[in-house]
Order: sequence, then C-alpha cells, then structure tokens
Amino acid sequence: MQGSVGYNLGFAAAVCFVCAIVVSTSAVSLADRQDRNAALDKQNNVLVAAGLATDDEALGAVEVARRFEPITQVIVETTTGDVSDGVELTAFDQRAASIDVARSRPAPDNSARIMRIPHQALVYEIRDEAGALEMAVLPIEGLGLWGTLYGFVALEGDLRTIRGLTFYEHKETPGLGGEVDNPRWKGLWIGRLAFDDDLTPVIAVVKGTAGPVSDAPYEVDGLSGATITSRGVTNLLQFWLGPDGFGPYLTRLRDEGGAL
Amino acid sequence: MEHYLNLAVKAIFVENIALAFFLGMCSFLAVSKRVSTALGLGLAVIFVLTVTVPMNNLVYVYALKPGALAWVSPALASKDLSFLGFLTFIGTIAALTQIVEMTLDRFAPALYAALGIFLPLIAVNCAILGASLWMMERNYNLAESAVFGFGSGVGWALAIVALAGIRERLRYSNPPEGLRGLGLTFIIVGLMAIGFMAFAGVQL
Amino acid sequence: MSKSREALIDPLFNNNPIALQVLGICSALAVTTKMDTALVMSAAVIFVLLFSNLFISVLRNQIPTSIRIIVQLVIIASLVIVVDEVLKAYLFDISKQLSVFVGLIITNCIIMGRAEAYAMQNPPGMSVIDGLGNGLGYGVILAGTAVLRELFGSGSLFSVQLLPLVSEGGWYTPNGLMVLSPGAFFIIGFFIWGIRTWKPEQVEQD
Repeated sequence: MQGSVGYNLGFAAAVCFVCAIVVSTSAVSLADRQDRNAALDKQNNVLVAAGLATDDEALGAVEVARRFEPITQVIVETTTGDVSDGVELTAFDQRAASIDVARSRPAPDNSARIMRIPHQALVYEIRDEAGALEMAVLPIEGLGLWGTLYGFVALEGDLRTIRGLTFYEHKETPGLGGEVDNPRWKGLWIGRLAFDDDLTPVIAVVKGTAGPVSDAPYEVDGLSGATITSRGVTNLLQFWLGPDGFGPYLTRLRDEGGAL
Repeated sequence: MEHYLNLAVKAIFVENIALAFFLGMCSFLAVSKRVSTALGLGLAVIFVLTVTVPMNNLVYVYALKPGALAWVSPALASKDLSFLGFLTFIGTIAALTQIVEMTLDRFAPALYAALGIFLPLIAVNCAILGASLWMMERNYNLAESAVFGFGSGVGWALAIVALAGIRERLRYSNPPEGLRGLGLTFIIVGLMAIGFMAFAGVQL
Repeated sequence: MSKSREALIDPLFNNNPIALQVLGICSALAVTTKMDTALVMSAAVIFVLLFSNLFISVLRNQIPTSIRIIVQLVIIASLVIVVDEVLKAYLFDISKQLSVFVGLIITNCIIMGRAEAYAMQNPPGMSVIDGLGNGLGYGVILAGTAVLRELFGSGSLFSVQLLPLVSEGGWYTPNGLMVLSPGAFFIIGFFIWGIRTWKPEQVEQD
C-alpha cells in the first residue's frame, strides 16, 4: 500500500489540503489587522514629519486617528499641481505607481537619481477654518549611500519654512548616514527656509556646522562621516521641491493663497 | 541599459548577498574548504539564481500579486495571494533544481558530474529563496529580476571562491586550538565583509 | 541525565546548532543588531521548529520516502507563513525590520535538519523537546550576539539607552562596526572560540 503512486499522490494532496486551510485561514483572518497596521504606520510617519508626534511615542490607533483629524489627504497631479479626481484614496499606492509605466513618467536627468515620477502623488494638508493652508506634508525619496531614503518633508503655510523632516525607511550606515534618524539632527531642520526669495529650492545639507537659523537659513549641519548621505538628502529635497517634483503643486497653493 | 548594469554591479559588489546580507551562509561555510568545489557550487548558484528569480517573478506577477489574477477573470481582480509567496517560491525552486538536475544528467553528463552533487543542496540554500523574496519586496520587473538573479549569483560565487582561496592557505597557519576551523572562518568572513563595504555608494 | 532532559539541554552548549552543527547561520547574523528583533526571531524559529518537529514526527510512519523532502518543506513553509502573518498583524514594527528574514526561516537549515535527523525517527513527545532544545540553542546565540551588538553598537538594550551617547551629550562613542555586518561575524567567531576553549572536545581536527 505505502509507496504506491496512488498513496503518494493521495498523501501529497492531503498535506496540501490541510496546509492550504491553515495558511488561508490565518491570512484571511488577520488581513484586516495588517492593513490597519500598515495604514497606521504611514499616518504616524506623516505625524512625525508634521511635528504632531515624536519617534519615541508609541501611539495607539485611537491617538493616531485623533491627531490625524485635522489632516486632509489630497492626491495631486504632479504635472499640473491640480487635485486629481478619479483616483481612489484608499487604494492609492504611490510607490507602486512610481514603477508602473502606465502611471508614471521617466524623470529628467537629476542628481537625486530618481528614475520615474508618478503622475499622481499623495500629499497631506492642514488648513484652518477659513480654508487657508497651515501646513503641507510632501512625500520625498531619493538615493543615499546604500539605497533609497523614503520620507516626508513638512512645509509651513508660507510654503517656504520647513516644519519638519523625517525618513521612515532607509538603509544608511548606522551611526553615520543612519543619523538621519537622530532627533537632534531632525530638529535642526525646523524653521529653515527651503526656498530663497526667487522661490528656487536652495536648502542644502552642508559640510560641518551650519549655525543657527538666523545665520544660515538655507543650510543644515552635515552628518559627520556621511558625505554621500548628506549630499543625497540635499539632492532629493531640491528635486522634489523643484519644478520636476512638487513645483507645480506648490505654485498652485501659492497662487491660491494670494487670491484669498 | 545603464540601469541594468547598475543593478548588476550593485547586486554583485555593493549588496553582496553573502557578505552584506548573510544569505546562503550554511553552504558558504561548509563548502568553502577547497577552491575547486567552491567554484562548482558557485557556478551552480549563479545558474539556479538566474533561472529561478525571473521564474518566480512570473509566478508573482501573474498569480500572486494583488490583482494579478485579473487575466483569468475580472472577478478575481481583487484577490491578493501574495501571502502564498513563500510556499510557491520554495516550490518553484525545488522543482526547478530537480528539473535542472535531471536535464543535466541526461544531456550534459560532464557538467552534471561537476555540479550534480550541489544541486540538491541548493534547493534549501537561503540565498536562492532570499533573492526571490527580495525580488518580491523590491517589485522588480522581469528583466530586472533576471539581472538581479544573475548579479546576486555572481556576487555569491565570488565571495565563496575568495573565501575558499583564503582557507586553503590557512591550512598552513597555526591558530589557537579553539579558533581552528569554524571560529577562524567567521572572523575571516567578517574581514572580507569589511573589504566589500568599500564598494558602498558605487554608482555607474 | 534522563533522555528528555538531554534532548533539551544538549543543544544549548554541547551540540549547539549554530556553533557546532553550522546550521541556520544566515538569520542569526542579520537580525541581531537589536535585542527585540533577535528575541522575536528566536521565538518565531522556536515556534516553527517545535511544530514542524511535532507534525513531521506524528506523520513519520505515513510520509512516503520518495516525497518526504517536499512534504517537510510544505509543512515548514505553511508554519512560517502563519508566523509571518501573525507578526504582521500583532508586531508590525518588528516584522517590518525583520523583512524577508522571517520568510527565510523556511530555508533555515536547523529546521530541515532537525526534521530529517530527529523527527523522522523519534516519537512526537521527544521530537517536540528536541525542537525546543535546538530552538533555545539558536536563541541563546542570537540573544548573546544581540546583547553585544546593541550594547556596544548603539549603547542601548531593548532600545533603552544605557550608555549615554556622545551625540546626545554623554560619554559613550558607539562602535559602528558592531551594528554593521562584519561585527556579527566577529562576535560569532569569538563565541565559537569561547565555547571550544571551554569544551575542547569540539575542536575540529583537520
């Protein structure tokens, strides 16, 4: 009996059947929780960039939802800066869009080594009761030393001053480039100006110490021992804040602010 | 083109699958006593990786990815089977190595004699599964998967041949008793990993 | 020493899966930069090892020899998927850091090795104990490596800062080598040296 082809096939089928049931039950029953976790994680990153939460805080789902209350999520067309309709917010995955040929375009040659720009991008806005912009949080990404850094930059309502910067995913060397996670370094960004008077993005990470905001409004201390990471952060910020990145969107917001 | 070259260089040197990600360590340490066997295993790994990563990419894109089943029927478009990734990838790998082994045995006996004994070993080598999982996590397309698979294989082979070369020389050295063999090998691999870190940030 | 106690204690130091059997090293190195990832990883491996040994031992007289490897793989892979799903649902942060290394438990040679070498020949009760023992042996090395790497690499344990860092105004300059991959190789190398000096019968003769 044992060792016959029929027995082998039957045994294999039985094992597969049992395993399939176990695996699918666990996957299906836990799917909701996992999706919630992923969404929560993302919202938390936005909150950190916006200065509404710190890295060390372990916020529960309720607390994240409460702090996220004033924030509106907006999907914008990267070419025109207009709000795009017809794209479902919950299903929108910007990183998937960036590599999908149908939903992105090749980026012009740039020093941040960004390959493709998605047609649509998800940004976060906070507005006061009158509808005037208080803050905009933009997703940013670009190459560091080991790999791509993913993060958010938050701009004040004047769209020049930086409210905060955070990278939620990167592969930089711990202790050197990995210091992009250091709360002290991230704190240095607050209050610096991303754009000069001509609205060109000039914010840069410099070698050495930049000094207080009043002396060096457009410069941030370099990460010691991490020249390439520092340069990467400069490049990616200047790219995404520039005309090929969120330039059109920022221009629209500025015009809108003038009209109010 | 430049993009693919860059990807290959990155997979071979910068993100060397053995020295930066510690994958395939078991056979890396066990089969690195002689250069000739190390070379054999290295070639087998290159071969299997170049075949399995794109193969798994096809499986992932056309069967597992969220919405991947839309080509079967639109009703299945919302299904996400990516949780089955581990199971199908290891299945593909095991089946492919088996097929490769049998094909080689039938049509290229000389090559089979050289690589044959290593092929079954490879099915449970984490470098192979690891490369496929990375392909899934980094969302490579088919061409990128092929380049990545090949590059990872070359990187792994390079590392194991280099280690075997060093270990062959080590036989003439006289380390402390307890350090002999495995302990010393670990420390040497550490030094090699430091060497490979010099490639960090290399871009074409 | 009773047989079951031996099966449990032996793999800890006398016959450690990592230090002596050279099994399951891949993940041991990659997840040990921090205590919490190392412990979660050990727990995941212990869970998978325990249950794979149990199931395979229960089925040992039924599994046809010709397809035994693939049957073992399917059982192990299913267990790993369950662990991965649970981690994603309940320990999202850590599962993000472990990334593909949870999946790589499938090819962790300890699990296949124990299934093939022990569970296929022994009754379920003993196999479970053997699984637990080997899992703990793996965990001991992982935890030991992680303590050193996190303490000297980032001056903390379980993400609690113990040594005040220079960058935060303290006195400790973290040793960057520890958190990088070569650091892990060195530490395990020295671990093996230590164990073999303590138990000279493990020294390799070649």
